[in-house]
Amino acid sequence: MSTPDPISSASLDRADSRVRNDESFAGAIRSFVDRIRSGDLGMLPVIVGLIIISIVFTALNPVFLAPNNLVNLLFDCATVGVISLGIVCVLMLGEIDLSVGSMSGLASAIIGVLWVNTGMPLPLAIIAALSTGALVGVVYAVFYTRLGMPSFVATLAGLLALLGMQLYLLGSTGSINLPFQSDLVRFGQIMIMPAWLSYLLAVLPGALLLYRGWHTSRRRVAAGLAPLAMRLVIAKAVALTVALGVAAWYLHLGRGIPWMFALFVLIAVVLNYGLTRTQWGRSMFAVGGNREAARRAGINVNRIYVSAFVICSTLAAAGGILGASRLASSSQQAGTGDVNLNAIAAAVIGGTSLFGGRGSAWSAVLGIIVIQAISNGLTLLNLSSSLRYMITGAVLAIAVIVDSLARRSRVTHGRG
Amino acid sequence: MSAAMQASGPEPILRLRGISKNFGAVSALTEIDLDVRPGEVVALVGDNGAGKSTLVKILAGVFQPSSGTIEFLGQQVTLSGPGKALELGIATVFQDLALCENLDVVANLFLGHELSPWQLDEVGMELRAWSLLRELAARIPSVRQPIASLSGGQRQTVAIARSLLLSPKIIMLDEPTAALGVAQTAEVLNLIERVRDRGLGVIIISHNMEDVRAVADRIVVLRLGRNNGVFTADTSHQDLVAAITGAAENSVTRRQKSRADQATSREPGL
Repeated sequence: MSTPDPISSASLDRADSRVRNDESFAGAIRSFVDRIRSGDLGMLPVIVGLIIISIVFTALNPVFLAPNNLVNLLFDCATVGVISLGIVCVLMLGEIDLSVGSMSGLASAIIGVLWVNTGMPLPLAIIAALSTGALVGVVYAVFYTRLGMPSFVATLAGLLALLGMQLYLLGSTGSINLPFQSDLVRFGQIMIMPAWLSYLLAVLPGALLLYRGWHTSRRRVAAGLAPLAMRLVIAKAVALTVALGVAAWYLHLGRGIPWMFALFVLIAVVLNYGLTRTQWGRSMFAVGGNREAARRAGINVNRIYVSAFVICSTLAAAGGILGASRLASSSQQAGTGDVNLNAIAAAVIGGTSLFGGRGSAWSAVLGIIVIQAISNGLTLLNLSSSLRYMITGAVLAIAVIVDSLARRSRVTHGRG
Repeated sequence: MSAAMQASGPEPILRLRGISKNFGAVSALTEIDLDVRPGEVVALVGDNGAGKSTLVKILAGVFQPSSGTIEFLGQQVTLSGPGKALELGIATVFQDLALCENLDVVANLFLGHELSPWQLDEVGMELRAWSLLRELAARIPSVRQPIASLSGGQRQTVAIARSLLLSPKIIMLDEPTAALGVAQTAEVLNLIERVRDRGLGVIIISHNMEDVRAVADRIVVLRLGRNNGVFTADTSHQDLVAAITGAAENSVTRRQKSRADQATSREPGL
């Protein structure tokens, strides 16, 4: 207390000499390495995974990296990816929903029965399917918050019950074909964004990043805080724009970017905003990190649980609708098999922790690209589904191991 | 004695009458009365299991009392949850601090009370965080660090700063110095005095009699869930211990006596 502040004239957050502020490029790289070493892996495993996958599968079958194969990959990503976004929400609270596959199957059955069999207008059928999802989410939340039922068991029961409902709705025929010329099926199979729009959207994130960086910096300076390191912001924006621009150009060598994938990314953007920039998102992280502390801070914890379960089941239903439009049918097989595990694996591989309190919407986007790339690559190699299941299972196990080890390391390095 | 002491001074901010709390067959608190006035530090002391933390949790809205009334600023209130207590102006620093380790200092300070809920005002919150911590003469290197990386004392400071965020009328500190070193303990005691001088009521729970005597205007003793006397800081140590343990003859006095006996019996030998 007796010694004066080393630099008392510095802005408030730069007054303490004990903190290293990495503002140069070398400094940024150094703090990045520090972060990785302490177990704060973020998106790194996904990026490394994608590079390895691309190299291996391209070596085995060059078609893997062909533009049109990647376009198909994006179509497939969108269906399970939307489900995975919901999974991010429940994992964030340290809970799980094992019934998302069945929920998506039930949603696709509802679309088939209401729209094709009874002739209800498509928008109404979609609303009915989404509301069913929301209702299921409310039921899980009530089971969890009022009856103290672990979400693991509640959703496992839901898995069977929803599958039963799906089979009941579809009846003895077992499968309903959706009309090929309808907008829904065209949306899931052929609708592509115009090239100019793709390029425009590829430039947008970088531009937004720059604008927000500049805006925040100005506000910080006005408030007497140190500005952001603009050089780093610019570097990030340029890197992002180049990466997205190249991706857009490459995909437009083939058919282009599916509207369905754009919808998936749009939902991810909205969820990301909600999680990082709103009070709701902050409360989600708090409840996942320390439930009792969140309660004592005056957060309505039960409402947070309800919101997470409802978002998860509703997005699962949305994924089911997209799945039906992709396959042009509502069948008994919809939502079964590996849909559940792929959705959960995608979130975990992307860096959302199974232990709660850590995660991001982007983890679902990157994670599902990894999962679908593996599945797509194995299909190109003509491997049987038995082998595909085994390999996907192994990848999930590795992802969870990485998550657990990283968590242990974070605890010892004081990164929570 | 206690009635005379409670009657003096300005109108209490907080007035508890006949608060009881049962956990099943166990009565943790029985007919507790407590007054807290503005600009006053009230210490709650008592043995383990005397009901201090239960009383704090009732005032924080974490538990609901089984019977009794709580008056806040002359109005009878029901503290139905932690949010309600905070809203009224009763802030609490819990013994376990109740911080989220995965969030940074700013996020913890503003938890549940973020500025502009639909588009978080990070710059505004960071600025307010710095000025709060400055006010407490706190030494937190960076407010963008997760709580997990802070030391016990720094966490305590964050918890105390958080209790001041909503400009409360009363602040309750449950064992605020238990995890702290010598210098940090002194800082917390200074802080308590600063808070008192701003006209807030302070309730402090501590097992450390020195700390209690140093800052408390009144010392309220609980024993087995009941009021067991109200004392001032100049009450002798003996009397306080007697009130806490319930008898003049207790393990503390016996120990002191036996040590004194040993000392006198050794003297002739020298």
